[in-house]
Amino acid sequence: MNNQATYKEKESVVIKFVGDSGDGMQLAGTLFSDTAAVFGNDLFTFPDYPAEIRAPHNTLAGVSGFQVQIGSDKIFSPGDMCDILVAMNPASLKTNLKWVRPGGIIIVDADAFNKKALEKSGYTSDPLEDGSLDVYRLIKAPVATMTRNSLSHLQVSARLAERSRNMMALGIVSFLLNQNLDTTFKFLADKFGSKPQVLEINKTALTTGYNFAETIEAIGSTYKVPKASLKKGTYRSISGNVATAWGFLAASERSGRPLFLGSYPITPATEILIELAQQKCLGVKVFQAEDEIAGICSAIGASFTGSLAITTTSGPGLSLKSEAIGLAVMTELPLVIVNVQRAGPSTGMPTKSEQSDLLQALYGRNGECPAVVMAASTPANCFYYAYEAAKISMEHMTPVILLTDGYLGNGSELFRIPKVSELPEITPPLARPNDETYKPYKRDPETLVRQWAVPGTEGLRHRIGGLEKTDIYGAVSTDPQNHQMMVQIRENKVKKIAEKLPPQKIMGDQSGDLLVVSWGGTEGSIRTPVKALQKEGKKIGHAHFNHIMPLPGNTKKVLESYKKVIVCELNNGQFVKYLRSEFPDISYMQYNKIQGLPFFTGELTELFNKLLETK
Amino acid sequence: MISNRIMQSEEKLTKEDFVSDQMVKWCPGCGAHAILKAIENVFPEIGYKKENFMFVSGIGCSSRFPYYVNTYGVHGIHGRAAAIATGVKLANPGLSVWIATGDGDSMAIGGNHFIHIIRRNLDVNILLFNNQIYGLTKGQYSPTTPIGSVTRTSPHGTIEHPFVTAGLVMGAQGTFFARVPDNNIKLMTEVMFEAARHDGTAVIEILQNCIIFADGTHSQITDKDLRDDFQLHLKHGEPMLYGKNKEKGIQLKGQKLQGVIVGLNGVEMEDILIHDRYEKNPGIHRMLGKMEPPDLPVAMGVIRSAEFETYDDMIEVQIESAREQSDIKCVDDLLKSGETFEVD
Ligand code: SF4
Repeated sequence: MNNQATYKEKESVVIKFVGDSGDGMQLAGTLFSDTAAVFGNDLFTFPDYPAEIRAPHNTLAGVSGFQVQIGSDKIFSPGDMCDILVAMNPASLKTNLKWVRPGGIIIVDADAFNKKALEKSGYTSDPLEDGSLDVYRLIKAPVATMTRNSLSHLQVSARLAERSRNMMALGIVSFLLNQNLDTTFKFLADKFGSKPQVLEINKTALTTGYNFAETIEAIGSTYKVPKASLKKGTYRSISGNVATAWGFLAASERSGRPLFLGSYPITPATEILIELAQQKCLGVKVFQAEDEIAGICSAIGASFTGSLAITTTSGPGLSLKSEAIGLAVMTELPLVIVNVQRAGPSTGMPTKSEQSDLLQALYGRNGECPAVVMAASTPANCFYYAYEAAKISMEHMTPVILLTDGYLGNGSELFRIPKVSELPEITPPLARPNDETYKPYKRDPETLVRQWAVPGTEGLRHRIGGLEKTDIYGAVSTDPQNHQMMVQIRENKVKKIAEKLPPQKIMGDQSGDLLVVSWGGTEGSIRTPVKALQKEGKKIGHAHFNHIMPLPGNTKKVLESYKKVIVCELNNGQFVKYLRSEFPDISYMQYNKIQGLPFFTGELTELFNKLLETK
Repeated sequence: MISNRIMQSEEKLTKEDFVSDQMVKWCPGCGAHAILKAIENVFPEIGYKKENFMFVSGIGCSSRFPYYVNTYGVHGIHGRAAAIATGVKLANPGLSVWIATGDGDSMAIGGNHFIHIIRRNLDVNILLFNNQIYGLTKGQYSPTTPIGSVTRTSPHGTIEHPFVTAGLVMGAQGTFFARVPDNNIKLMTEVMFEAARHDGTAVIEILQNCIIFADGTHSQITDKDLRDDFQLHLKHGEPMLYGKNKEKGIQLKGQKLQGVIVGLNGVEMEDILIHDRYEKNPGIHRMLGKMEPPDLPVAMGVIRSAEFETYDDMIEVQIESAREQSDIKCVDDLLKSGETFEVD
């Protein structure tokens, strides 16, 4: 099936599918993205779920969405404003209209805009008729009616027909973007292969939508996003949470340490637990604990017993784990704590993303309690940062807190598949059986790392725990000098990891007028406007941090290399506070957004231009 | 898992193999000393290599235990021993894992982990030092302190209904429960041996005397001249008899257990209940566990040891069958699974 109509080439297109929770928008969006990926577009997707699983039908609270940006160049984010919005009911149109750029295309299921649904979503007049959508290209498709008619020969129940409205809408979008339906059919067959009737229904609805779009003239021209010039290799689309899970599996295989996950379900981190529970074939032991505390404590037990031990959570769960992180610091055991951040405080906005747990990760424990803190910055690089977190934690016998966020965890992008054998080696400091010189807190003089003596090993029986111990021998001690020394050793051990880190990079020139500093999940949304300004010849650079505690060794030099520094964060200024305490001589400006939303290109471009103009 | 245990150790172990070099710092006269002795008696006998013993504890007087016995050990944080031990056992099911905990550690701050490890029937042994008081923090009431007790935080008497440990354990679907007084090392040693042999979570409640803050809290049961009348020593397959001359017995009357005298009021020997510790239905076990003076004696010994699948076995079985069934044999396979595409 090939679309013969004329089309406009576009570098990138942002599409958002929105509807009621039950309207199948996630599936429509995923199929669209996978088809684009097979064609060769780069992409970034982001699902936008309501907090309630079953919010009342047709209400604003029940709107579920899936946004994707596809491009012929590297795509860094799901995009701010959509070029195409697919809205399956009035409520979804109402909540999402503000995200459509003027002149953009809006496709609606006209059948869903009845009096009752309009009222439920708070419309006093019908937006399809009252002229309020005149600045957009509106496609009113009688999706429900067409779906029903097209399926009449299949003798399908009204309910099944209703459920394939999403495919009908996807068909329209597929035509608009000149997508190859055969690829989408293949994905549908993978998904519904065991249910021939459902497969047939979905294929019919998809084709009907495609043909409808081709037939109606109102549609005007269509778009084509050319292939992206990607580096040679094998690719797949991956979400940050799955990438995180796989990074740990890779680290386990490469280090020879069995993988253990102790975790308790919490939005938006649960996907990591779900993913690893499915990979028992690789020997991973997944323990769904009775609570967050048991999640981390079981991981500490598994770590003592020689496993690569992980616990996964989100903000409130990290609070509950604080005491146990202290135990891991004190016992100097490897442990990775993943915090998929969400908007806080307290329960906050569980389905919205934020970067507001940084200070908790750095300082949120009793006593002098240093742990490594690092952050992933794209869905795909969650794989590499999970791998590196595991490597650091085992090689340096320390807990590592890996920060991602809901935006990374649920977002997806293309991932160039590596070979496990090409990943950096991991060599945990395992103690040798019957080593008579073994002592629980004897250290490597260079790295200050103690050895890992695993139960079952002959000749190494020892006890550790949360009480302060003497150095080397590990006897319980309240000796004043010993305590001060141990506090410093633990601190220095973590600081020394900086020597092993890659230097902090600047994207752009090594000096200039304005350095934008950021960390974690905002890399993509900041990179886009900075690159655009660089193209205009502006002297702007971007330093995006993945290593936070310790910071890379050249951090101060990087921060001093530009005339102005602005630190942009989705919180009230936590990283900038940390930088101020580490490097107080540098003067920092800050830009903070705490709305449960990512940064938008528009707002940042305006901000950076203003800062570049003022002396 | 018995298969892990059988013939692990070829060398003959002795008490000395488990004596630690640390000074034991419990108060002189504390009931905990007897528990340590019993462990030193039993560890050489249960067939594990000495490197395959693991002790885990939380916080409290009981929880200093790992320092006093020469095994691998983790002295954890308050209430979390069961959770830490879960990770230990799952990471290496071949270990003999022991938890030392107290009434506060296991049933107050750690109550959640305690009931869940029992519900999962993870193959570990829990030594529950029940002294009905908080010792390490110097004398506050615990979840097992008898109602009305005056302690430092209940100057007018406690107004909390205490847990009966056996009731809690069986309510959580416990598969093994035993009780011993701290002044009967022989029984304690026997019971620990049985716990080690049981596949699943074995809870041993030790009625432990805290000589400093709750001295004599169990004396109505443990005193020399009272114990015959107020302790029922259960033996599998034998009638439940107690009293100085075993003249008293336990009879099931209606839905209740009653103490009766054999030969009096027409009570015959065959009216006395026979102990079946392997019975899967916990009904009688639960009633036995909850017996208390003055009407009934306190049941001692192994009250329940029913056979059910263990969590640690089942996780291994699932992993094995997933390994056999899946085409994904390594992470490279996983990375390439599902939809991928090539760029040249
Ligand atoms: S305070 Fe009580 S329980 Fe603690 S060691 Fe002393 S006697 Fe034993």
